[in-house]
Amino acid sequence: MELTGAEIVVRFLHDEGVEHLFGYPGGAVLHIYDALYRQDKVKHILVRHEQAATHAADGYARSTGKPGVVLVTSGPGATNAVTGIATAYMDSIPMVVLTGQVPTSLIGNDAFQEVDAVGITRPCVKHNFLVKDVKDLAITLKKAFYIAQTGRPGPVVVDIPKDVTANRTKYVFPKTVSMRSYNPVVKGHTGQIKRAVGMILGAKRPMLYTGGGVVLNDASRQLVEFARLLGYPVTNTSMGLGGYPASDKQFVGMLGMHGTYEANMAMSHCDVLVAIGARFDDRVTGNVQKFCPHAKIIHIDIDPSSISKNVKVDVPIVGSVEHVLKDMLKLIKDSGEVPDGEALAKWWTQIDEWRAKECLKYDKSSELIKPQYVLETLHKITKGDAFVCSDVGQHQMWTAQFYRFDKPRRWINSGGLGTMGFGLPAAMGVQFAHPKASVVCVTGEGSIQMNIQELSTCLQYGLPIKIICLNNRFLGMVRQWQEFFYDKRYSHSYMESLPDFVKLAEAYGHVGMQIDKPADVEAALKEAFTKHKNRLVFMNFLTDQTENVYPMVPAGAGLDEMILV
Amino acid sequence: MRHIISILIENEAGALSRVAGLFSARGYNIESLTVAPTEDASLSRMTLVTRGSDDIIEQITKQLNKLIDVVKLMDLTEGPHIEREMMLIKLRAVGGDQRDEVKRMADIFRGRIIDVTDTTYTIEVTGDSTKLDAFIQALDKSLILETVRSGVMGISRGEKALRI
Ligand SMILES: Cc1cc2nc3c(=O)[nH]c(=O)nc-3n(C[C@H](O)[C@H](O)[C@H](O)COP(=O)(O)OP(=O)(O)OC[C@H]3O[C@@H](n4cnc5c(N)ncnc54)[C@H](O)[C@@H]3O)c2cc1C
Ligand SMILES: Cc1ncc(C[n+]2csc(CCOP(=O)(O)OP(=O)(O)O)c2C)c(N)n1
Ligand SMILES: [Mg+2]
Repeated sequence: MELTGAEIVVRFLHDEGVEHLFGYPGGAVLHIYDALYRQDKVKHILVRHEQAATHAADGYARSTGKPGVVLVTSGPGATNAVTGIATAYMDSIPMVVLTGQVPTSLIGNDAFQEVDAVGITRPCVKHNFLVKDVKDLAITLKKAFYIAQTGRPGPVVVDIPKDVTANRTKYVFPKTVSMRSYNPVVKGHTGQIKRAVGMILGAKRPMLYTGGGVVLNDASRQLVEFARLLGYPVTNTSMGLGGYPASDKQFVGMLGMHGTYEANMAMSHCDVLVAIGARFDDRVTGNVQKFCPHAKIIHIDIDPSSISKNVKVDVPIVGSVEHVLKDMLKLIKDSGEVPDGEALAKWWTQIDEWRAKECLKYDKSSELIKPQYVLETLHKITKGDAFVCSDVGQHQMWTAQFYRFDKPRRWINSGGLGTMGFGLPAAMGVQFAHPKASVVCVTGEGSIQMNIQELSTCLQYGLPIKIICLNNRFLGMVRQWQEFFYDKRYSHSYMESLPDFVKLAEAYGHVGMQIDKPADVEAALKEAFTKHKNRLVFMNFLTDQTENVYPMVPAGAGLDEMILV
Repeated sequence: MRHIISILIENEAGALSRVAGLFSARGYNIESLTVAPTEDASLSRMTLVTRGSDDIIEQITKQLNKLIDVVKLMDLTEGPHIEREMMLIKLRAVGGDQRDEVKRMADIFRGRIIDVTDTTYTIEVTGDSTKLDAFIQALDKSLILETVRSGVMGISRGEKALRI
């Protein structure tokens, strides 16, 4: 049977197992919207801004591991989606974005709502396609899904001209696809793995530095087994949080710019560093000249270009975390060798001394609400089991430090691009994927205003997200840098004329709460999660305006040169 | 160090801009770039000349390999190879002396005169880039009307071949 391109898109999505599609209509995609109307298998979610569609699909993907799917129109629809595409790209999130395009006969004519979507998105996608013939549509979509979720995941854009969605052809679902130019490697090189294992077992001051690759690969189980077998300390990047349980005694916290004292000191003193699915980001390494000065470095990563990009490594291993750790575990067990217990005991004694600094302590007797206290209480009330989506700023770092994630895919944040406005739409995507789960959006009064319109989407679909706004009346992260490095010249970091968030939430049909005393924090959170369990609650916490994120490694400094509280 | 990187890439619209875009986005330099289809029309062969430290060249080859359209690549400068570039150069040639001189220079550089008018000669010269540079150097600058160079292409010596 012959189908139109529009029908093929929708049929394909269903055949590919896509349940949710986040989008916003417009001229170039009207045929597709019509095909959506005439079926009930793929559920379309109407957002209020295309950026939100991409973040929602992204949150959906981060919390499930399945690709998030977006549909937007040509021109402004496509450009509005770019921030969300770049956000997903930087954090290696699988996503497929369908953009409408003007009819093929008009491409290049400055037609109404024409932009070169393939050109604009090229630097921030894993790959993109322009479909010029309806006969290529199904196979191109298949390639897009295949590329998005294999190897190092990432967003793929498929640009579909309007006439292609109107033309007809025979449709057969392509069950598989193979591409001669794209064959990601998952199995690590045996010789390199042997070398690495020798180095790991011989370590006196070992350190496991693990990142987003563990989460993306669903390889937490292998990581935990590996770490426990060896008894070595583990630190996570912010993208890696939850990949190793934070409540485990071998966990020394996050590392990097706002990492713990013990993690950063251990990095600076270790003799063997095992980097697992982490990409030596500049927020993590600090000054690369001073990074891990005593260590031999082993790096496991699926993307060869992540290896030796910022920091030269001694043993590169290209492969997936899961495969390589399995192979390493087997080698270690078969060898009958064990780590040097005496050296390790000494190393742990040293680490415990660093821990005793209690670098995350804060003033618990303050009259003002401390943001850290809100997050500790949130952890308690949600039993550490919520999906926590964050915006970008100080509140993001405090969440990373104080909501101690024990499970992967629970911490949803924009790390690489640092996109303010990510939190709320991402939480929507997470809630669609996990309708029964507690989904929280931790945000600031700055970030939330970048996609506040999505409160309307939340009402339409009855999403009971709990918004924790840590309202410090400042672009806090900017203010902190100005306090430390610009002599307190607070240039444009103060938020004036803030809306009444309680009334705003109510205007959108939700519950609004204002909390301004530490004593009220716990009761308010309880109320939100019990009495208003099924409603969206906007909790406006008026927090201490002067609070800073500690520890902090200033830009250009080494990891052991932290500013402490 | 100067490197010549040969790339087999899917012969698709946009493939060239992916490569060019990668170089500009990451701040790598391109000295020259040539591209044309191979005997298999679905594949193009691209030759790219770039400069950089070993670390940068390593990243360049990794990033190129990461492009979905890139099927295979080879850094020719890692082994014995032959490098060629073609130049077409139009020269002012008026009067017997000048015309003889130009012809003589073309002979020395094994150039071929491919177009003649009363006042001009157009010469085709092939060789590695330094030879073409040397030819230009050897000429009286005021005689040069126009030069066009193909950019470098290269191939490895012996059995080694870049193919799928
Ligand atoms: C305000 C702000 C402050 C920040 N401060 C910090 C900080 O103090 N500390 C910190 O850590 N981060 C911080 N970040 C985040 C930081 O910018 C980076 O996003 C983060 O450090 C990158 O984490 P990652 O190295 O785990 O890499 P990711 O971006 O998660 O990349 C994953 C890596 O794993 C690889 N990979 C993917 N899949 C697999 C697989 N199957 N097998 C093997 N490898 C795989 C990828 O190729 C890639 O190299 C901050 C961000 C913001 C916005
Ligand atoms: C879209 C975007 N614009 C600008 C920035 C730079 N920036 C990083 S944090 C920050 C302040 C965030 O303020 P708020 O949401 O109130 O959070 P706080 O730091 O106060 O907790 C800004 C402006 C950014 N990350 N994203
Ligand atoms: Mg703020």
